[in-house]
Amino acid sequence: MNDMIDPATEAGLAGLREAAPPDLAHATLVAVGLADDYAVIESPIGPLRVAWNGRGVSAVEGASDDSAFETRFHARTGRSARRREALPAELARKIGRRLAGDRHVRIDLDLRGSTPFEQAVWMKAIEIPRGEVRPYGWIATEIGRPKAVRAVGTALGHNPVPLIVPCHRVVRSDGTIGQYSLGGPENKRTILSDEGADPDELESLARAGVRFFGSDTTHIYCMPTCRDARRVTERHLVHFPSAKAASAAGYRPCRHCRPVGATAAA
Amino acid sequence: MMDERSPADVQLAAHLATDLDGSFEALVLAHQDRLFTIALRTGGDRHDAEELVQDAFVRAYRALAAWPSERIRELRIRGWLTTILLNAGRNRARVKRVPTAELAFDPGAEPAADPLARRDERETWARLLAGLSPAQRTAVVLRHVDGMSYAEIAMAVGRPEGTVKAHVHRGLAALRTALLAAERLEREEIPA
Repeated sequence: MNDMIDPATEAGLAGLREAAPPDLAHATLVAVGLADDYAVIESPIGPLRVAWNGRGVSAVEGASDDSAFETRFHARTGRSARRREALPAELARKIGRRLAGDRHVRIDLDLRGSTPFEQAVWMKAIEIPRGEVRPYGWIATEIGRPKAVRAVGTALGHNPVPLIVPCHRVVRSDGTIGQYSLGGPENKRTILSDEGADPDELESLARAGVRFFGSDTTHIYCMPTCRDARRVTERHLVHFPSAKAASAAGYRPCRHCRPVGATAAA
Repeated sequence: MMDERSPADVQLAAHLATDLDGSFEALVLAHQDRLFTIALRTGGDRHDAEELVQDAFVRAYRALAAWPSERIRELRIRGWLTTILLNAGRNRARVKRVPTAELAFDPGAEPAADPLARRDERETWARLLAGLSPAQRTAVVLRHVDGMSYAEIAMAVGRPEGTVKAHVHRGLAALRTALLAAERLEREEIPA
């Protein structure tokens, strides 16, 4: 020892070593996105588990209990998730606003492990307004892959953050409600109803062969749930079975809901 | 310069170079205690120290994620992490405007709270240490609490080795003086 330090001082200083707090390692891994925290939130379809890390929200699941959630989460991501009392306040506020219909609130998502195609599908689904639905084929057309309708369905089924990415607003091209990853089609109907879309009405229109609504004053046709179509009064409402029929009648597609995709892929 | 890396750090650097995400946890577990100790003993309270260490690890992760693997493999982890921690601490102190000198222990100021009277060895040493100037305190903590070599410390604090040695020597001398003062105070307060 070249410091001429007396043994008492040396021992005294060496005794100042301290163990890091028990949560520090996990919190650090969460911050860099190598582990996750999760908490339970309430939703129209019951309690949901929401996981997040420093990169963004990484999971939304309707798992029955913590250990089922943690097991599934680890199987999918290879990371461990630790239960917290609540979401960080800022994140909870943003998710609340998104679920209430604010599509422009920015929520970071951790979508590692997904393909560019899946991400394109999910980002497109975010554009569907609350209370409206679009067919799988609409997404396929919008992302420039009009023939990839089945792949769109598969990608939506793999959506790791349902509700935040509103895959429940995407329905089958024949107008029926279709499958839902978050606990099945009944949940999808519940969420759509809660958002102000009427799944029974949508399916009865589909059964009657109606795909589009037109207005005989504007000569514009829309997806049936488009907010513009909903403003058309009963007296001026025209039904169309296909985009072809609409354009043959001299109608042009709505610029908001861009209904052409539905027939291109139906 | 001689490679002063411990075998554990050499192996850790090799793992980080090939699989950052798979081995970063090992880096955290291997260095969190010493970084927490340094943060706590050179700076503020436990809460600040915890935040600072987490901040330092996040910076380290981001740096490693951007580096080529050859550079990671050669990394002197111990000194490098220490540098990041000290820089993060300086930035934070600047932002929060918490002058660390305010923690200075003045043996004459509070006779009623005489550190030795607490009969707590660690508390005493922590208070004596807090009375040093920031540069001396950092040098003493890195040398004698953490056990880094002078070469490592010089690199970590970005100062010549001679300066670091001087800081340690003066810091130790100041500690002895403060200790004697504290002991004298204690003797005087024992009722005859």
